Amino acid sequence: MFAYVVKRLLAGVLVLFLVSMSIFLLFWYGPNEPARVMCDTKTSNRCNAERLDRFTEELGYNNAWYAEYGEYVKGVFVGRDITVAAQTTRCDAPCFGLSYKNGKPVWEDMKERLPATFSVAIGGATLYLLLGVPLGVAAARRRGTVQDKALVSSFLFLSSVPYYLFALLTWLFFSLKWEVPVIGDTGYVPLTESPTAWFGGLALAWICLGIFGCTQYTRYARGAMVEALSEDYIRTAKAKGLPTRTVVYRHGLRAALVPIVTIFGIDFGTLLAGTIFTEEIFDIEGIGLWALRAVGQRDLPIVSATALFSAVVLIMANLIVDLVYSILDPRVRLS
Amino acid sequence: MSSTEPFLVVEDLTVRFPTEDGLVTAVQDLSYSVEKGKTLGIVGESGSGKSVSSMAVLGLHDARTARITGSIRVDGQEVVGLNEAGLRKLRGRQIAMIFQDALAALHPFYKIGGQLAEAYQVHHPKATKREARRKAVEMLDRVGIPQPDRRVDDFPHQFSGGMRQRAMIAMGLINDPSLLIADEPTTALDVTVQAQILDLLQDLQREFNSAVIIITHDLGVIAEMADDVLVMYAGRGVEYGPGKEILTRPQMPYTWGLLSSVPDVRGDTDSKLIPIPGNPPSLLNPPTGCAFHPRCVHSDKVEGDLCVTTMPAFEQGNTGAGHLKRCHLRDPEVIFEREVLPVIAPELLEEK
Repeated sequence: MFAYVVKRLLAGVLVLFLVSMSIFLLFWYGPNEPARVMCDTKTSNRCNAERLDRFTEELGYNNAWYAEYGEYVKGVFVGRDITVAAQTTRCDAPCFGLSYKNGKPVWEDMKERLPATFSVAIGGATLYLLLGVPLGVAAARRRGTVQDKALVSSFLFLSSVPYYLFALLTWLFFSLKWEVPVIGDTGYVPLTESPTAWFGGLALAWICLGIFGCTQYTRYARGAMVEALSEDYIRTAKAKGLPTRTVVYRHGLRAALVPIVTIFGIDFGTLLAGTIFTEEIFDIEGIGLWALRAVGQRDLPIVSATALFSAVVLIMANLIVDLVYSILDPRVRLS
Repeated sequence: MSSTEPFLVVEDLTVRFPTEDGLVTAVQDLSYSVEKGKTLGIVGESGSGKSVSSMAVLGLHDARTARITGSIRVDGQEVVGLNEAGLRKLRGRQIAMIFQDALAALHPFYKIGGQLAEAYQVHHPKATKREARRKAVEMLDRVGIPQPDRRVDDFPHQFSGGMRQRAMIAMGLINDPSLLIADEPTTALDVTVQAQILDLLQDLQREFNSAVIIITHDLGVIAEMADDVLVMYAGRGVEYGPGKEILTRPQMPYTWGLLSSVPDVRGDTDSKLIPIPGNPPSLLNPPTGCAFHPRCVHSDKVEGDLCVTTMPAFEQGNTGAGHLKRCHLRDPEVIFEREVLPVIAPELLEEK
């Protein structure tokens, strides 16, 4: 088990190395002049060819890419000093470079945005699991009945509405039209500052993610449960004289959890990497929105940092799923 | 009533399932009975209704979809129409069932011991966990699992096929049920292991004096185990009687077909295997008249088109009492001796 985890972690590090290198190469061989953004910002949009050359030199774009990549990796682990436009900035580890737009170390901004994204992701995912799995189980138990069909078709309808439209309508009604107290508020407030404001600001985002995500999880859970309930061991459990609740939950749901956990791991990882629509509509300064803006502004250090972050999160999610899997299913041997 | 009646009495049992294509009649007008200490063998091809009828005894069919009529009495208590709570008291306590594929029938995520203990505790709510576990070890020991106190903590996938079936049997017998239904208990096993399991079942039956129903398509198992035999075809009983009668003086061409399909290791190399032509009929649109007539090679010996138009009654033939058959043939024993026996077991004729 331990050896397995180490092996997986090493493989994860290798993937991160490759991902970070490919992103880094984009700086060098990307379609535009990487130094232009910083040059524009630092010279109040009076960036001429001469100044651009200077910034290009200062940002290291005249050196070999692998030498600069080495610097970059070093910065991630031990930090480094970066000198641009006669100004030296200390960039502490983990250093992902300085933002071309505001000149601050990328990690400083990122650090502030992570709690917002994590709050959105954890709340949303909890809600959609808590709604979706029980609904799916209930539908599976009533398979083929009017209730089941009504639930499945209404959720199919709901999930075919574009998410941004759904979130936008939620915001329009709850925040603008009805002005629901607390829940209608938007914008992220740190939990440590004011728990109620934190809750209020995130509630709509959670509701949207929760309801929208639960349509999928109802479907997954229903499918997994229908399959589990048709297994021979369910018949055995019934034949033993066990109460229906025990049969459905201890024997059925236990088996159905395996595929649900697998999908959930990946989904949750994706949520942690940023929820662009949710953050935009509910005015939450998180990773997703930040990454989107950075792409628009060609702020390459931020783009690469967020891309790396998604990679880390997804690799971790995969690893955790595999570990949970081996705990859930004793037939999976990790040795 | 229960003092005079056999432990299990099934009368005119009919099980229907509505499907999208129409009503499927899986079991029709089935009657049989089993006494304590006796074994009934139910034989037939896949889809003949063997399993469906015995699952009805435990009330395992979904009450919302299955339409069950007739009567099933367990120790005098009516099972058809019994509520869920009443059924739960019977299941596992009075009647236990063991299934064909023990790997699929045991929960893959729980330890063998836990699954056995669960079966015990549900009917002994006052038993502590430790007592239930001790009982589980005791039962595993009883069915011949080596080092039961260690193997009790294994998962099903760590057991061999034969051991899994032993564990299933241990789980079935843990509450000392009066009726054990074994649904193809040896089909998924190696022949040598099959013999061990059958031996074990016989031993346990003697020890617990329970009634046993053994469902199989293997006439060898029947010859080994059964006191009485019920042959099923297309949801109906087609021949029913003492095992020896059925195996030596079968009255119904379908039973002949089954016998002709069994290879015999000691048999003459001149003897032939004769498969039954065709496939079992659709239960959605069963054939008119006798359900077996499209596959029956002897229907030409019945005058007129009786086989095609009329379902034969399930009645006593020319052999002894208690031997029922569903066939229009007038002198089946003559045909059996003249046409069937010489082909499938010529050596038996020489002995005569």
